[in-house]
Amino acid sequence: MATTAAATKTNWWNGGKSPFNVEYGKLMMWYFLMSDAFTFGAFLISYGTIRFSQNVWADPNVVFNAFPGAGHTNLPLAFVSVMTFILIISSVTMVLAVHAGHNNDKKGVMKWLAWTIVGGLAFLGCQAWEWHHLITGEHVVLMDNHLDVIGQTTRVNPWGQMVNPATVMNALQNTPHDALVKIVGSHHHEMTEVQLAALSDSQLKGMIDTAELHVRETGPVAFGGFFYGITGFHGFHVFSGVIINIIMLVMTSKDVFTNKGHYLMIEKAGLYWHFVDLVWVFVFLCFYLI
Amino acid sequence: MEHQNISSEITYQHHIEDTEFKKRIRKTTILLSVITMIELAIGLTIYTMHKGEHPSALLVLMFKGMVCILTLAKAYYIVSVFMHLGDEIRNMIMTVVVPLMLFVWFIAAFLWDGNAFRTSRNRYDKFKMEKTMQHPIKQGDTTQHGFGG
Repeated sequence: MATTAAATKTNWWNGGKSPFNVEYGKLMMWYFLMSDAFTFGAFLISYGTIRFSQNVWADPNVVFNAFPGAGHTNLPLAFVSVMTFILIISSVTMVLAVHAGHNNDKKGVMKWLAWTIVGGLAFLGCQAWEWHHLITGEHVVLMDNHLDVIGQTTRVNPWGQMVNPATVMNALQNTPHDALVKIVGSHHHEMTEVQLAALSDSQLKGMIDTAELHVRETGPVAFGGFFYGITGFHGFHVFSGVIINIIMLVMTSKDVFTNKGHYLMIEKAGLYWHFVDLVWVFVFLCFYLI
Repeated sequence: MEHQNISSEITYQHHIEDTEFKKRIRKTTILLSVITMIELAIGLTIYTMHKGEHPSALLVLMFKGMVCILTLAKAYYIVSVFMHLGDEIRNMIMTVVVPLMLFVWFIAAFLWDGNAFRTSRNRYDKFKMEKTMQHPIKQGDTTQHGFGG
């Protein structure tokens, strides 16, 4: 019964045993994740620093208010909460895969790993949709005293402050033809762009109701770069996590771990996957909630 | 719940009973979901406050602080339960957690610096300040960290 001594009596530092009682690979995974936490932390903190240095910043409820298939309906926070829940659930399925590994349950590992991969792919799909929507989504902005239609890029974004109606009226007079076509086109879907382009400037201006336009100034320059940079870096982690999980799934199906006698590799992949979820919690906080 | 020494050196697995494990995971999942829903509710509250006439800057700040605390709670549960860090040996936990303490300085110093940059620019670049502040922004911002003048 000497082997079942209570934890408090085990003297880990007497030599002859691993003082952390943890496998090398797992310990190194922890240290890698710690360093990765600093990388993400540095990114988010630089975002915070720039944000604190500005008098105005983009309002997340204005930026992230779209939902696939819902058109222009204003649904702040809706889509990102779907993404968050997908990641939480895929984290849970990963825990279950690791646990099945503890029980040397090959079928269980494969089942839960497969679900985790599905969750990861679903998240990546959501992110692809969101990026696509932000890049191609057209918004009328006031730029150099005229109106223009832009999406969010790393160089410019339409998330500034609302412009008062008098300024909009004035800017409309200076707006070039192609911008007018785009503005009218985003509100009148019954005419094609070619038909609209054939109209004269004054005809186009007559079709624009400035009260309906919701014109904003261009937003803080750094916003797009930080958003695409940080969510992109996180998305890359999700992507590599999915790849790792697929490799784990293949190895499990080929009985690599059964032959080894343990499923510790799944545990390490699991740590990485949970970390991806953990980072999302903070990205969610910094970009979408506050 | 002590590990059985098989190989005399490393006792790889933290053995947990199936039923106990399931209970723990279910509890944590529900907890994380509930916290997330509270966060979303606060996010929407901030949204409706911003739509109102005169959003109280202090109240918005308090709500944002609450969301930050809830996020830290979520992070704690993910790390300690899902990643099983809570089940490791204390010394090992410390080698991971203690270096992360650097974040306390990291966050405080850099946000402070960003804010200092904003206040001094507002003080010396009145044109830019007026251009970016046509909407009511908290009073007294420019005098918080005076340069004595």
